[in-house]
Amino acid sequence: MCAAENILEKHSFDIEGGNFSNAGTVSTKIKSILKQKNLPDDVVRRSAIVCYEAEINIVSYAKKGVISLTIRPNSVQIEADDEGPGIPNIELAMQQGYSTANQQIREMGFGAGMGLHNIKTYSDIFDISSEVDKGTFLKMTIHTQPAKD
Amino acid sequence: MDIAAIAKELNLEIRSARDRLENIVTGGYTGDLLSDVMANSHAGDIWITRQVHQNIVAIATLKEHAGIILVNSCEPAKDTLERAKQENVPILVSRLGAFELTGKIYNLLAKDK
Ligand SMILES: Nc1ncnc2c1ncn2[C@@H]1O[C@H](COP(=O)(O)OP(=O)(O)OP(=O)(O)O)[C@@H](O)[C@H]1O
Ligand SMILES: [Mg+2]
Repeated sequence: MCAAENILEKHSFDIEGGNFSNAGTVSTKIKSILKQKNLPDDVVRRSAIVCYEAEINIVSYAKKGVISLTIRPNSVQIEADDEGPGIPNIELAMQQGYSTANQQIREMGFGAGMGLHNIKTYSDIFDISSEVDKGTFLKMTIHTQPAKD
Repeated sequence: MDIAAIAKELNLEIRSARDRLENIVTGGYTGDLLSDVMANSHAGDIWITRQVHQNIVAIATLKEHAGIILVNSCEPAKDTLERAKQENVPILVSRLGAFELTGKIYNLLAKDK
């Protein structure tokens, strides 16, 4: 069966690059949508972490982006699609501790180089692709039911 | 143990959400790197930090922390305070440094169990 047929709900949110005063609001909205669905705590918790890190990276590095949430019977999927500088070396960017965050970003407590690593850790499936000077695309899938049953 | 009890015991000053001081503290996390706190803290934690920027409110809300304590007499930024009032997140201030404050709260929570 085509996966699209299974979509229960889809939401999309715009994110503005550089706007730290609104940072986190999209993740907060997505979390409250998931909570209302009565999904397991662990699924909500992990979704909030991966969504927040993706949101902050758009605010920190990109011009603008869109985060979308897709709920299916067995999974929650969060996609982050941005227009921005892209990531020249994804393998390097994925390493814990690697960061190009500027001083302003670091002063706020971001820029530990942990975000992408955390996204990978807390997703069940994680895809990342990027094109320099175009943008970055992340797709995180979290299973809402145990994989083998 | 709720925030009010910890505040009284350790002479913390309350900066926001006075009506939420009965939030129960089930644990704690100390850290200034936001992605570390995001990944490793838990709901019900009291978050001990020296970050004063408004992003701390978003994190405390998302992670369902019981509240935030700023160390070394750091004061929340103006927009942090506004946001904390909106979201009803308790922010408190301690004169102690992170090491000492964490140790004291750890002991209070351990005794309370
Ligand atoms: N959406 C993006 N567009 C462009 N570059 C990005 C993007 N996301 C991440 N990067 C690059 O990858 C690096 C690592 O990202 P990661 O989220 O792991 O750490 P960080 O943002 O630097 O710090 P932290 O997330 O711990 O606050 C960034 O410093 C940046 O160079
Ligand atoms: Mg990041």
